[in-house]
Amino acid sequence: MSDSGFTRRQILKAQAAGAAASAAGIALPASAQNLVTDRTATGLKWSKAACRFCGTGCSVMVATKSGRVVATHGDAKSEVNRGLNCVKGYFLSKIMYGQDRLTQPLLRKRDGKYAKDGDFTPVSWDEAFDVMAEKFKKALKDKGPTAVGMFGSGQWTVWEGYAASKLYKAGFRSNNIDPNARHCMASAVGGFIRTFGMDEPMGCYDDFEHADAFVLWGSNMAEMHPILWTRLTDRRLSHPHVKVSVLSTFEHRSFELADIPAIFTPQSDLAILNYIANYIIQNDAVNKDFVSKHVNFRVGNTDIGYGLRPEHPLEQAAKNNDKAGGSTESTFEEFAKFVSDYTVEKAHEMSGVPIDTLEKIAQLYADPNIKVMSLWTMGVNQHTRGVWVNNLLYNIHLLTGKIAEPGNSPFSLTGQPSACGTAREVGTFAHRLPADLVVKNPEHRAIAEKIWKLPEGTIPGKPGYHAVLQNRMLKDGKLNAYWVQVNNNMQAGPNMMQEGLPGYRNPENFIVVSDAYPTVTAQAADLILPTAMWVEKEGAYGNAERRTQFWHELAPAPGESKSDLWQVMEFSKRFTVEDVWPQELIAKKPEYRGKTLFDVLFRNGQVDRFPLSETSDEYDNHESEDFGFYVQKGLFEEYASFGRGHAHDLADFDTYHKERGLRWPVVDGKETRWRYREGYDPYVEKGKEVQFYGKPDGKAWIFALPYEPPAESPDEEYPFWLSTGRVLEHWHSGSMTQRVPELYRSMPDALCYMHPDDARDKGLRRGDEIKVESRRGAIRTRVETKGRNKPPRGLVFVPWFDASELINKVTLDATDPISKQTDFKKCAVRIEKV
Amino acid sequence: MRYASSVTACFLAVIVLVALSGPGFAQSVTRDTAGLRGAAPLSENAAPPRIAQTEEIERQQARNYPEQPPVIPHKIDEYQLDKNANQCLSCHARSRVSESGATMVSITHFMDRDGQFLATVSPRRYFCNQCHVVQTRVPAPMGNTFVDIDSLLAVEAAN
Repeated sequence: MSDSGFTRRQILKAQAAGAAASAAGIALPASAQNLVTDRTATGLKWSKAACRFCGTGCSVMVATKSGRVVATHGDAKSEVNRGLNCVKGYFLSKIMYGQDRLTQPLLRKRDGKYAKDGDFTPVSWDEAFDVMAEKFKKALKDKGPTAVGMFGSGQWTVWEGYAASKLYKAGFRSNNIDPNARHCMASAVGGFIRTFGMDEPMGCYDDFEHADAFVLWGSNMAEMHPILWTRLTDRRLSHPHVKVSVLSTFEHRSFELADIPAIFTPQSDLAILNYIANYIIQNDAVNKDFVSKHVNFRVGNTDIGYGLRPEHPLEQAAKNNDKAGGSTESTFEEFAKFVSDYTVEKAHEMSGVPIDTLEKIAQLYADPNIKVMSLWTMGVNQHTRGVWVNNLLYNIHLLTGKIAEPGNSPFSLTGQPSACGTAREVGTFAHRLPADLVVKNPEHRAIAEKIWKLPEGTIPGKPGYHAVLQNRMLKDGKLNAYWVQVNNNMQAGPNMMQEGLPGYRNPENFIVVSDAYPTVTAQAADLILPTAMWVEKEGAYGNAERRTQFWHELAPAPGESKSDLWQVMEFSKRFTVEDVWPQELIAKKPEYRGKTLFDVLFRNGQVDRFPLSETSDEYDNHESEDFGFYVQKGLFEEYASFGRGHAHDLADFDTYHKERGLRWPVVDGKETRWRYREGYDPYVEKGKEVQFYGKPDGKAWIFALPYEPPAESPDEEYPFWLSTGRVLEHWHSGSMTQRVPELYRSMPDALCYMHPDDARDKGLRRGDEIKVESRRGAIRTRVETKGRNKPPRGLVFVPWFDASELINKVTLDATDPISKQTDFKKCAVRIEKV
Repeated sequence: MRYASSVTACFLAVIVLVALSGPGFAQSVTRDTAGLRGAAPLSENAAPPRIAQTEEIERQQARNYPEQPPVIPHKIDEYQLDKNANQCLSCHARSRVSESGATMVSITHFMDRDGQFLATVSPRRYFCNQCHVVQTRVPAPMGNTFVDIDSLLAVEAAN
């Protein structure tokens, strides 16, 4: 080869070009003779999958060769992304190959035995499950079902979340299962249920190509939903009449496209939204026909507290924290009077946004000829009045009738790939069951018990511990056997030093963490279970526009790693009904005597209905091979029976392996793009035009809700607002993306973004080491006065992806009292030079 | 396990190859749970590293696979990239590359959502830094055992 004058590196480069050219069927020039061209060698197997990261739900094509993922790219056939990916998506190929992948169970041991203060020691799955079952059985025996719990995820596949929820709610009879979507989407859910009686957006991503104006309320789509941002950018720049308004508490990358930028004081979004409602009414822009036919008015309870521990003075002082979600009937006239207080002057005074800017934003909504898409994520949801802000956003779309039609769309974006598909639709929250059913409602429990073939009274009626409450109960020693899957809550949850870490390390508790990598959460555990991830298993995700997407198992998992689904189902074999159910319950179904939870929950004649012969000939399916039936199909079909015929219709299982996803409800093989609108949604009765059928009378609710102050505001001692958030290059806690060298090297460390004048006043220069400290904890980091985030004076921004700089040591565990979602965007800190 | 035996054989061959090419490369069973944090206990805070400086290199870094967006080999601090101007295109536009010596934006970037070529770069590709990112001079603390297609082909050819 040296004769040709090529170095080895050049040849390898030529080979890379050859593989691409051959796959594309391109004839090669004579100078490229040294390419490998044999199709049997160069052929790649391309399969579709949903992206592992955000709630946008891009479809990707994954190339495998010899059991390894070798390339990925955006799926040209996908409606969501049409061939594009963001930088994270383009590096999906490498997320499974971080050098420290966990490959066997690790148990804390000393002297050959489990010890809370022992060192992580490799053990067999048998030993891991033996110890785990012993701890769960002890907790159940000593304190009952409320002593066991689970923290799951919007990254669970649909069937993983379904199986886990069934194991806890039906098997262990504990509602103490909650997803990390609680930190992310709970306020959005609260808003939907309160206003429409039904979860998830009425519109879809097609709205991007129809809208004349986009208003971002607390969302940095340019970094957090980059592919949706490409659709928005495409619309804005291709059609010059289109306007973009971006509202936030600090300037970020999305402002690069803003025609109407607005920086507002934290919490004053409540005042701005009420001002816009007032503007619409004052300027006779109410769509009276729409409002009279399709809307009811309510006054919401106020003074509802901050979701802190009950002994906190703020909770002691709050009047309605036990009935935070309550409301009473009202009228349009009363609503108009209520919002008339929110004049432009008042909104300006409270928010700091210039009057003409406020008026420009209000005009976008008020002008009947402008189709408006409102978009929001964590700025709205991670808010101690997050449900209210969701309600107020719907208020302005309902007043103008700008809803549920192409381009007129209040659109709640999601942060996780299956926050909708798994956490919300499957109902893995502490208060929910599949298809919008709730545990509190006895009729709903009866439906679930019938489908699950359980004796009446199996599912407890009291909602379980939500995310923040789980950490508090761990600390208080009331929740003792605890399993965390597919999330990194020690890094992601609020107030780590006072609640999270003391809870996990409480000697009374046994903590199990299933993950692919040794995350911060895994490090805080007692048992780590190595877990198959993403395309190492057959999966399904549901994105923010109600689109359900499937993929096959494309590569084997390393070592002894097993999927979360396998872990949940295999663990269920360790319990007989006698271990977990009282005699009087078993007496109602004597045929279950002596059976395991696996038999009752998964070998129930439904989940095990589809034989192995129905699995794909082209792809492996390790769980099905282990259990002896097509587990994913059985679980999906049983789950889908909850929603079919009830406006949550999913297509049959096999269809999703062929389609690039479908948006539910899928009726007669057709997906639904706009819900509640006749002509688009088959559930709307003829002649109704619009029908919000989640409410008994088909009418959505407009709420009168005031401004109320945040839980903690800057003062003399702690003079800065702290907002946390994400960055483009890292997804959430960085457990996958920080292990991709290109992504790591692009954005290696968290920094404290602050205004240059604030830095100067503190005697700080860019790059100085500082301590960011609150009443709860502190981190060490460095000052950044340039770059992509430009906070106003008095506010600092610190991203939370960095495992070495855990900003959630500083944050406050105040939540929206209705949704129980933490406000990660507002607490008070001081900055000290180190 | 429908093609397990050939997969395993080839995978082992890959492991042998990569194991030879450096200790940091092989995917081995590890008991190491230090993860990305290093040695600091969870309750403590290590000193933060200095702000990472952007790497400026003359040559492009090889892509992991043809579909990977190339990383940016130079600083982009203070570049204007907003609705009014795209400074990246002042060097990377088709009409500017002979003057600048920069790489021309890929032809895929001229396609609209429906795959039709436009006269100029498509607005859906307007914000370059959604896919193209700089690299800092900081080495990645965690290795990655991704094996590119060339190495896999080389293994198969050797067999």
